[in-house]
Amino acid sequence: MSGIVHGVTGDWEIVIGLEVHAQVIASAKLFSGAATAFGAAPNSQVSLVDAALPGMLPVINRRCVEQAIRTGLGLKAQINRHSVFDRKNYFYADSPAGYQISQYKQPIVGRGTIQIDLPDGSVREVGITRLHLEQDAGKSLHDQHPDSSYVDLNRAGIALMEIVSEPDLRSPEEAGAYLRKLRAILRYLGTCDGDMEKGSMRADVNVSVRRPGDPYGTRCEIKNVNSIRFVQQAIEVEAARQVAVIEDGGKVEQETRLFDARKGETRPMRNKEEAHDYRYFPDPDLLPLTFSQEWVEEIKRSLPELPDEKKARFARDYGLAPYDAGVLVDERATADFFEAVAEGRDAKQAANWVMGDLFGALNKAGTDIGHSPVSAEHLGQLLDLMADGTISGRIAKDVFVAMFETGKAPAAIVEEKGLRQVTDSGAIAAVVDQVIAQNPDKVAEYRSGKDKLFGFFVGQAMKASGGKANPQAVNQLLREKLKG
Amino acid sequence: MAALNELTLAEARDGLRRGDFTSVELTQACLAAVEAARGLNAFTTVTSGRALTMARESDARRRAGTIGKIEGLPIAVKDLFAVQGVPTTACSHILDGFKPTYESTVTANLWREGGVMIGKTNMDEFAMGSSNETSHYGPVVNPWRRPGDNRPLVPGGSSGGSASAVAARLVPGATGTDTGGSIRQPAAFTGIVGLKPTYGRCSRWGIVAFASSLDQAGPMARTVRDAAILLGAMAGFDGKDSTSVEAPVPDYEQALTGDVRGLTIGIPAEYRVEGMPAEIAALWEQGIAWLEQHGAQVTEIRLPHTKYALPAYYIVAPAEASSNLARYDGVRFGLRVAGENLDQLYENTRAQGFGREVRRRILIGTYVLSAGYYDAYYLKAQQVRTLIAEDFRKAFATVDAILTPTTPTAAFAQQERLSDPIAMYLNDVLTVPANMAGIPGLSVPAGVSKEGLPLGLQVLGKPFDEATVLRVGHTIEQAARASLAPTPWWRS
Amino acid sequence: MSLDKATVARIAKLARIAVPESELESLAGELSGILTWIEQLNEVNTSGVEPMTSAVAMTLRMREDRVTDGGDPEKVLANAPERTDTFFVVPKVVE
Ligand SMILES: [Mg+2]
Ligand SMILES: [Zn+2]
Repeated sequence: MSGIVHGVTGDWEIVIGLEVHAQVIASAKLFSGAATAFGAAPNSQVSLVDAALPGMLPVINRRCVEQAIRTGLGLKAQINRHSVFDRKNYFYADSPAGYQISQYKQPIVGRGTIQIDLPDGSVREVGITRLHLEQDAGKSLHDQHPDSSYVDLNRAGIALMEIVSEPDLRSPEEAGAYLRKLRAILRYLGTCDGDMEKGSMRADVNVSVRRPGDPYGTRCEIKNVNSIRFVQQAIEVEAARQVAVIEDGGKVEQETRLFDARKGETRPMRNKEEAHDYRYFPDPDLLPLTFSQEWVEEIKRSLPELPDEKKARFARDYGLAPYDAGVLVDERATADFFEAVAEGRDAKQAANWVMGDLFGALNKAGTDIGHSPVSAEHLGQLLDLMADGTISGRIAKDVFVAMFETGKAPAAIVEEKGLRQVTDSGAIAAVVDQVIAQNPDKVAEYRSGKDKLFGFFVGQAMKASGGKANPQAVNQLLREKLKG
Repeated sequence: MAALNELTLAEARDGLRRGDFTSVELTQACLAAVEAARGLNAFTTVTSGRALTMARESDARRRAGTIGKIEGLPIAVKDLFAVQGVPTTACSHILDGFKPTYESTVTANLWREGGVMIGKTNMDEFAMGSSNETSHYGPVVNPWRRPGDNRPLVPGGSSGGSASAVAARLVPGATGTDTGGSIRQPAAFTGIVGLKPTYGRCSRWGIVAFASSLDQAGPMARTVRDAAILLGAMAGFDGKDSTSVEAPVPDYEQALTGDVRGLTIGIPAEYRVEGMPAEIAALWEQGIAWLEQHGAQVTEIRLPHTKYALPAYYIVAPAEASSNLARYDGVRFGLRVAGENLDQLYENTRAQGFGREVRRRILIGTYVLSAGYYDAYYLKAQQVRTLIAEDFRKAFATVDAILTPTTPTAAFAQQERLSDPIAMYLNDVLTVPANMAGIPGLSVPAGVSKEGLPLGLQVLGKPFDEATVLRVGHTIEQAARASLAPTPWWRS
Repeated sequence: MSLDKATVARIAKLARIAVPESELESLAGELSGILTWIEQLNEVNTSGVEPMTSAVAMTLRMREDRVTDGGDPEKVLANAPERTDTFFVVPKVVE
């Protein structure tokens, strides 16, 4: 994957903008008192407002407004203390009123920015055009009956934040980095759970291609892509398609397309015969949304430390490499876990253990840090046992495996299995003597100047002690005794 | 003594208080009158059983000593209000069989205050009309006739059924809704009192929406006092309507002091619309004279954008309606006409379910909102609306109320204006500005035309100052004392 | 403003109202008449005038984030022309 498509006629640059629909975390819907929980029985979380019965009226949920402001602040964006809800008119089985309440000309949040972290450790700014609040649609099931669709309105009316980026992204990687960072910010803020599998975060991807330095080409919008991997694949195949069209002498049509992950292609949506004309106008059932600067300030004061700030602090205070810091702050739970382990300890060592052994074990077990059998407290204790010489680094690896399996404290495992490091110089001396006695040839070679063999003797001694001998003591004694 | 159904709301209330009769007796009298007046076609549903049950319960409450503002009084409800378990159709084919599982806030308020539900009244389909001829259930007949002429006259619209029912003394009071004059114009045509309150005074929750920024529910009754009593029972803040205003509801009846001394009444020159018949102009002069005689100051005012209210209305109202009526799609309730696919189902359902005038307005509304036309039509109309509201705001800096005629003509014959939409729309030329500005407006019977048909005067007031509007209207009513009861030719 | 048949057909499609070809002509005439009458608004100078956003001078009231509604599919489906279990049913929609 890269940002350049090598065409027959030369190189093409990919230009990408993303529209992300993020489901707002709130108990009730944007304009009705029905619940928002995932997975409820069909039409069991539907108010008559959501089903658009005659005479029903919307009343806005304060929490949803607060969440939008919160997100806007997290995106360092302009907060519009006066915004307007509009009706977007279109007929669809999932759209009970025949319109969606959205924000068109005057959104609640204006321009902002997101910093994305690239694998080479560099950072890029991506512009946010706007964020607005709108209603989600219902859901139709098409596979239950040969000639009917079944309509469930549970999702209808749930609050969404539509977050629109500038066309600032230039490669599938950048799009992935953008989505990961956006998701991290939303999760830190507690405004969206970012769960793409459940559909609480969905992306519309705008893709165009151009010769580097040329004006933007005609874009296509790929609707409702539901994983970061698919977003990246969709960009790749769509950009390749557009280059092929142009190089064949054709023209890219501005249209809405769907990504078919199974076939690995994008194709035009079927109902494109009628150009949409949404006839936006201010919803007369609602008044303009206004709120005080004091409220905004109050929300601002309650914001947590966000990923970028945390990353900078981790690099500064813990001396971590920017990329490592970036990995640790990706999930708030990871960052918190790391900080609990690092507190009063060697931070780099803590980072290595979290990103190495812990991530590896979690990955293998198919779980995440929120469900880690090893608590931050226990991992910290393990580091302490190494620091005070109770166990060696090698034994610590074994102790960690046992901790992950049993959830027990490291001290208990060390005791149980008798893994305490041997520091008694008499016992170590005995082991060292034994190793020297068993390897007379090697001793001779060493003494004749083959210094490199020292490592061999350390290994043998450690092995003979079952790994429990204190490595420093072994080193020291070996040096003395090998001198002869 | 007059038959019980002929009592005004206040008279019936006082009679019940004195124990002269029971709510059951009163209700029975009204039901009998409704039955005898089938020819007016004023009702779409008569809820006799429910009415008698509610009356019995009311009598029991009265015995127990807990009574509401309209305890035991029979009320008819325009078919635009959702009443739980009772067909609510907006007089449209598309709502065939629709029975709400919910109760509109206004009717819930009425029943909480002791009102007795008599039935649902006929109306123009989706409240779109000024003659009650667009109803799926047929036209309503005005109880008034030209002397020596048996041709049926229209009662006005869209609240024509409510107007006819009250004018014919079938019920002492009814609810209406007014988007461009739909309470005041039929009130004027049938010789009763109709009040469109300030936008936001009565909750819109549970009322089938026509044009959300203009719709407002209000009372229709025989006297200003009755309208005041009924408004007091209908109005109030409702958290379920974002445009409902959190303001206390005054005791409107107390406002009827009969004293207008110290009030300044504005007379807008611009309401002397082109072609206004001399008798309407004369009635207006008479109204001015009455108010002056009672000590009010009368002064000329300017409302320069009056002329543009009606064309602006015919952008705003259809635009909002085109969107509000999108939910009638044959999927969740009401009529469904099959189609080969979902789009055809929509198109067939809506083509057959909506009548001609409703289809016309949906198309106009769709057009004025469509790409490329929004600024030229909808935005322009909303700007004109700001200018209209501004005119009123300036006027009310110097006057307490405004007096105008309610309609440019008296009631006309059925079919007379059906073929010319613009001629029909012009019925509302004097009532529409109040909707555009959101201010309260009252129509009070003030005299009769040379043909012997009732004519109304309109009192407009400051936002949320229904009290002054009612006070001024009451003074005109007392002065007019015109004999405004039609001859009961319809009794079978 | 005079509307042609194609425009009427387009807005009828947008509004999802079937209009037979034979009625397009007369409908175009009717609607054109109304639009022409409406265009007297062009006499009004509205430059710099804010469009009205609400007939009442107040700001949008917000409700608390509490679940107060839903939980009763029967109430929602009571008037459904066609249903299966607690789903509304429509002719098959193809994406
Ligand atoms: Mg979008
Ligand atoms: Zn959206």
